[in-house]
Amino acid sequence: MQTIRDSFKSSLPVMAGYLVLGAGFGMMMKAAGYGAGWAFAMSLLVYAGSMQYAAVGLLGGGVSLVSLALTTLMVNARHLFYGISMLEPYRKAGAAKPYLIFALTDETYSLVCSGKRSIRECLLISLFDQIYWVAGSTAGALLGGAVPFSTEGVDFALTALFLTVFTQQWLESKTHFPALCGVGVSVVSLAVFGPDRFLIPAMAGITALLLAAGLKEKEGNHA
Amino acid sequence: MPEFGYTAAAIAVMALVTAGLRFAPFLLLGGRRTPRLAVYLGRVFPCATVGMLVVYGLKGISFAAAASFVPQLLAAALVVGSYVWKRSTLLSIVGGTVFYMVLVQTVF
Repeated sequence: MQTIRDSFKSSLPVMAGYLVLGAGFGMMMKAAGYGAGWAFAMSLLVYAGSMQYAAVGLLGGGVSLVSLALTTLMVNARHLFYGISMLEPYRKAGAAKPYLIFALTDETYSLVCSGKRSIRECLLISLFDQIYWVAGSTAGALLGGAVPFSTEGVDFALTALFLTVFTQQWLESKTHFPALCGVGVSVVSLAVFGPDRFLIPAMAGITALLLAAGLKEKEGNHA
Repeated sequence: MPEFGYTAAAIAVMALVTAGLRFAPFLLLGGRRTPRLAVYLGRVFPCATVGMLVVYGLKGISFAAAASFVPQLLAAALVVGSYVWKRSTLLSIVGGTVFYMVLVQTVF
């Protein structure tokens, strides 16, 4: 019971963001002529927010399945990082492992990546997060544009989540090199490649820089 | 009316590619022992990746007009400042988001 309550509490920040952003996705789907069933199916099976938003326009334009696959590959390549970070924490996850891996979105990753939570807690958080996303998308597609107040700017909730996790990690860790490397390389990549294609160059740069730093550290230990 | 077969196939493609990316590290590196390099990267990636996600969240910032960077930076400062002060994730997120919404809806 305590674990359920703690996990639910940890998932609350994601709840706000996913319900609203999920609803936004559902409304876009409805406006594009898709029923709630499609919104539900996509959120259940694809479960990748930014790609789902992009998909509404792509599918409406009749994009080919090959270019859809390539777009998905590029938009979601960052998920490779999440898997590498969770190799050790999820090593002994047993039967829950496939779902834990499937449900590793940006937001769920930011909640579980400390590696300090139990598998049970990670599983509950993953499950709660997907329920919010699926419920939000389905409700959005059912209700359409019938929201009585403006939700403009509510997507900042997810940025705010990343900022709090970043700050927490910063306060808790002794070395700030990985954090600075992540922000620094991403900012440079954003300036060079622009907002739509900076992620993959940023990932490559971050990996290269961290590997170089790791090798140097190892040499230092031998000397 | 969207075509059933095409839409279903499109969802399947997106689902398979996304799941493929999420599972790939576990399938390639999740043997009996995690390679040492992957253990090292797994240790440093969380901080670096969350840093990248912060930039990803703020990627819409442009310095062409005050409305396209002042609300983001003020709200981000509020989130970080309030978190350092109170150490409450929920408070910082709710406070920062409401503040941002007020800024973009009424001030800018």
